[in-house]
Formats: sequence, C-alpha cells, structure tokens
Amino acid sequence: MEKVDLIRARAIPLRADNVDTDQIIPARYLTAITTDGMGEGLFASWRYLDTGEPNPGFVLNNPEYKGAEILVAGANFGSGSSREHAVWALAQYGFKCVLAPSFGDIFYNNSLKNGFLPVVLPKEAIDALWDVLEGDPETQLWVDLRTQNVRMPDQQSLRFEIDPFRRDCLLQGLDDLGFLLAKEDQIAAFEAGRAQPAAA
Amino acid sequence: MGKTLFDKVWDRHVVSSEAGEPTVIYVDAHLIHEVTSPQAFAELRSRGLRVRRPEQTFATMDHAIPTREIPLWPDDAQAQVGALRENCDQSGITLWDIKGDVQGIVHVVAPEMGVTQPGMTIVCGDSHTSTHGAFGALAFGIGTSEVAHVLASQCLMQEKPKTFAINVEGRLAPGVTAKDIILAIIAKNGASGGVGHVFEYRGSTIRGLGMANRMTICNMSIEGGARAGMIAPDITTYEYMYGRPYAPTGKAWNDAVIEWSALATDDDAVFDRSLDIDAGALEPMVTYGTNPGMGVPVTGAVPQGKDLADDQQRRDLEAALDYMGLVQGQPMQGQHVDIVFIGSCTNSRIEDLREAAAIVKGRRVADHVEALVVPGSKAVKAAAEEEGLDRVFAEAGFQWRGAGCSMCLAMNDDKAGAGKYVASTSNRNFRGRQGSGSRSLLMSPIMAAAAAVEGQVVDVRGMLR
Repeated sequence: MEKVDLIRARAIPLRADNVDTDQIIPARYLTAITTDGMGEGLFASWRYLDTGEPNPGFVLNNPEYKGAEILVAGANFGSGSSREHAVWALAQYGFKCVLAPSFGDIFYNNSLKNGFLPVVLPKEAIDALWDVLEGDPETQLWVDLRTQNVRMPDQQSLRFEIDPFRRDCLLQGLDDLGFLLAKEDQIAAFEAGRAQPAAA
Repeated sequence: MGKTLFDKVWDRHVVSSEAGEPTVIYVDAHLIHEVTSPQAFAELRSRGLRVRRPEQTFATMDHAIPTREIPLWPDDAQAQVGALRENCDQSGITLWDIKGDVQGIVHVVAPEMGVTQPGMTIVCGDSHTSTHGAFGALAFGIGTSEVAHVLASQCLMQEKPKTFAINVEGRLAPGVTAKDIILAIIAKNGASGGVGHVFEYRGSTIRGLGMANRMTICNMSIEGGARAGMIAPDITTYEYMYGRPYAPTGKAWNDAVIEWSALATDDDAVFDRSLDIDAGALEPMVTYGTNPGMGVPVTGAVPQGKDLADDQQRRDLEAALDYMGLVQGQPMQGQHVDIVFIGSCTNSRIEDLREAAAIVKGRRVADHVEALVVPGSKAVKAAAEEEGLDRVFAEAGFQWRGAGCSMCLAMNDDKAGAGKYVASTSNRNFRGRQGSGSRSLLMSPIMAAAAAVEGQVVDVRGMLR
C-alpha cells in the first residue's frame, strides 16, 4: 500500500450530500475480475452525456480544476453498496483524499485499506470550502496526516480525528492483512477454544 | 449492567483486543458471490496464501447472471461466474451454482440452507448482508480487501460500533407491511442516521413478524446508515430453521436453542441511542427521491423545500426531484409507472410473492406497464410454482424469471430505460440504480402489485380482498 503523508493539492467542490457508491461507480463498471480500469467509470453518470461525450456541466470536467487531487463532498459520502470499486475508481482517477462531514461506514473502511484518506470535517468547514473553491479553483489545500490538520485557504488549521492505529498504518503504508496474519496464534487458540465450529 | 444482543454476539467473537490496536473478531460464516470476490482471490494468490476455512465459506452467483433463458451470456458475466467456479473449486468452497438445484440471491439462499444461525458473525462482500441479522446474527457487508482478509485469516479488524434500539410497538393496519416499517424508520431517522451504529429492532410488532418480514427489515438497515441490524431469536426463528440442511440436529439442536435463547438483550441493558415507532399509525410507504430516506406515506405528497431546515437539504431535494421528474407538493397517488419489479434480497421470498399474487389474481397488468417477478432463489421459484403463483402472475401479464439480483442493481440485462418510472420492491432508489437514467419508486410487494394493475402509484388498501 502506498504511504500517505502530506497531501498538498488543489481541490474539487462536489456540492451534494448522500453521494452513494452507485454514483461514484455505476454497477455496469463492476463486471471486471481485476481492479484495473475503474478510473474511467468514476462518476460515469454525471461525467458523461448519453452520447458518451464529457458532460461540460459536471465539475470534474471543468478544465479549471484539472489536476486536483482532493475531493470536497457533502455528508454521508460513499453510502450504499459495499463496492470497493468506488475507492479504486477515485484513486485511479487521481484523487488521494476526500473531505466530507460524514462517510458511509463501509466506504470509510475500504478507503483506509487502499491508502486513500477519508477526512471528516465539520459541515460548516465544508460549506466554507465549497464557496472558496468555487470562487478560486487555484486554491491549494494542505492535508497533513502526521499532524492531523487541514490547512484552510484562510491559513487557519482545522484538526481532524482519525484512529491512531489507522493513521500509523497509512503513514507507514502497512496493510491490514499482514497484521491479521501475525495474529495466527491467537486465531488458532480462539478456534481451539470453541466447543465446535459454528458453521461446521 | 446488562448486555445487548449485539454486545453478546460481539463479545463471543473477540479474538484479540489490545490497547492501541483495532479489535480482531472471528467470522463464523463468510458468504461470497461473483462480483466482489475475484480480486480477493487474486490477492491471496499474489501472496501465496490459502483459504483458511473453506468449510465456513459459501458461494453463490446472483449479481451479474441473467434471470431469463438466453442462448449466450455476456462475456463479462461469463468471466465472473467462471472465476468464481475456478476459485471455489481450487479452494474447496461449497458453491451453489446456477447449474444446480440450489442457487439464488446470497441473502435468500444462506438462510434457506440453514447456514445463517443466531449468535453468529456473518460477512459478505455485499452491503445487504445486514439481512442475516433477522436471526440474531451480527452480519454486515465488507469491501473486497476485507473479503481477502476473511478468506486468509477468518478474521476482521473492527471498530466496535454503537448500539441503537428501534422500538416498534402496535398493530399494523391491513395493507401495511414490514417494508413500510423499514421505509418509515429510514424516512424518520434519515439515510445516514444509523452511521456507526448497529440497529436492534425490538417491540411487539417485530416479535409478531415472520422470518421473511424480519429479513426485509434487517436487509435495509444499511439504507438507514447502520451496517448491521439485529432481531433477537425466538420461537419464530427456530421454527424457520429447524430441519434446514446446515442447521444442527438432535442433541446439538437442543443445546443450540438453549444457547440462542440466552442471546436476547438483557432487561437492564442500555442502548447508545433509541427511536420509537408507532406501528399502528403507519401507512403504506413510497419513495419520491434518490435515497431511501426520501419516502412518504402513499396518501402523502412530495415535500416542499420551504418546509425543510437548511439550504443544503433544499438543494438536495431540488436535485432529486429534477432527476425524478417530480414536483414539490405533488400527491404520490396517481404518479405514472412504466415498469414494476418484484424481487431483490429485500422482497423476493415466498411470503412476498404470495402477498403480491393475492393482489394480482384475476386482474391484469396495465397495458403500458412492463412487469417482472424475480424469485430470490430456485427454492422460492419452485415453491411458488408448486402453489401456482407463477400462473397467477403470468395470467396477469407479469414475466416470471429465474433467481438473481436482476433489476435491483441492473448489472445483468434487466435494466430500466432512461426516464422510466420503476415501482420496485428493492432497497435502493439511487440515481441510475436500476438502469442509466431510471427513476425508482420503492414500495412493498403488495403496493408494487397494485401499481402494476393500475399503471400508477395507488393505495393498495383499496384493493385488498
């Protein structure tokens, strides 16, 4: 897993609450048996017109935001389906981080397992960011995982919370599977301690 | 202080809980399907790992498969199903294959087979895994990375969620169903109201429901933001389970029932949050918007922006209505319907089909409506055919399909066209969920049956016999 540390980048305002994972990547893009090619499907229904041409009205297609690596979204981002394809799509498109007032639980978990940083900020901060980013697409944000701070355009710093263990895993690029496999003795002891396997 | 049902199940599955680390919990049953598992098996192969407990892993195919007889499957569905067969075969995992007698939507088949049992932890790479909570199991959806974790270690790293009691008391009026209970809960508590929590559905109304109805309610916990929803096991649960292929037998059954009966929340247990629902006051529900929290009683109207609390809510309402082609203040009754879909892991069990068939019997689907019934499993399909429900639906003008997820998520060829209104018994009305540009109106099976006959949203209570 790639390490996450300091993300210093421009950001895209996605002014909507409840952006579910069906919006992030529609089911018709889930037919692959690998993780490749998901970036193409990111926000497909919003990004492309029925003709397949880019929809000029959607913020990702606005050339002023080209190269942005941070997405600023509304509450309950990534709700709905468990599809990890949503995180793969965001990451493959070039995003490194999403700021939102809240996240769907499964999406939040999936993000951490892909070195993709979900940051919870107060709704007021997101509202303010939307205004600033819509006014000046050149605005740079700093998201510093080490100090757990987002430096806002007015130079104020906003602290965000993240589980310390998760933070360390992201900083060091460690994935969960290694951690779980290292628990083998405890897992075996747990299994041995049960009278009978429940599903056997 | 006493423990909740959730606490009891959680505590029994803690493998490791050390300071500064997430809790590691053990998974009793791991369900897999063709769409979210291939990348997980690839991860295991790339690390030279094997499936740790194939005998606790069960697979079926449901999401991408066609539900009608077609001579040639699309390449991608073939590839996913082929990968699942190969992965299960190589790892010694039981696969309920479409070629066999047992197959269907994973959340319909696992309970039918008796794999789903009280007190278990059950996970699947599918958010509607919450369905299995109807048996008093702790069951939730996971992503593909976590599918790999469970395949390799039979464990997951988890933050302990908080508890949320949903107390439902009172007697449902005729024509008001389990689907209306859960749609009303989500309309009241919001699509994100349960984030970070596990729901426990409690109260006399819940205790009075059969297993199919309990599964309908737990199924949509995720639509209320909760990853899991649970109901304490009781005699209704045990009657459903008894004699199913993977259920314990003999003395093991008796011992299990004693153990399961101790799982219910203690009288002095305290929940982090709670919500009360008066079941007697509920009406049939229907959604008007683009998340499952956007629902109203069928006798009601689309909300008006002026009644909402803040600007963001108004913008979201306007955007949803713009997509849906509905207007503020519009009565729900009389809303045009193009397609009726009866199916999905929410409402495709035999009880659902019986209730819908009772409305449809002797009536005709409106001329402009395309209507389909997709049973949740081969067993449901066979039972329905045994009872003659397939003929009732066919005579009324419904298509009668094979088992699968079908138009709930439109991964196969069952897609609603752009702009089409779908009266749907499924769980999600997200934009484009049932086909690019499709507009979903979520409702109960009997409400969907009524909509098929009238070609518009109607109050099914006027059509009960």
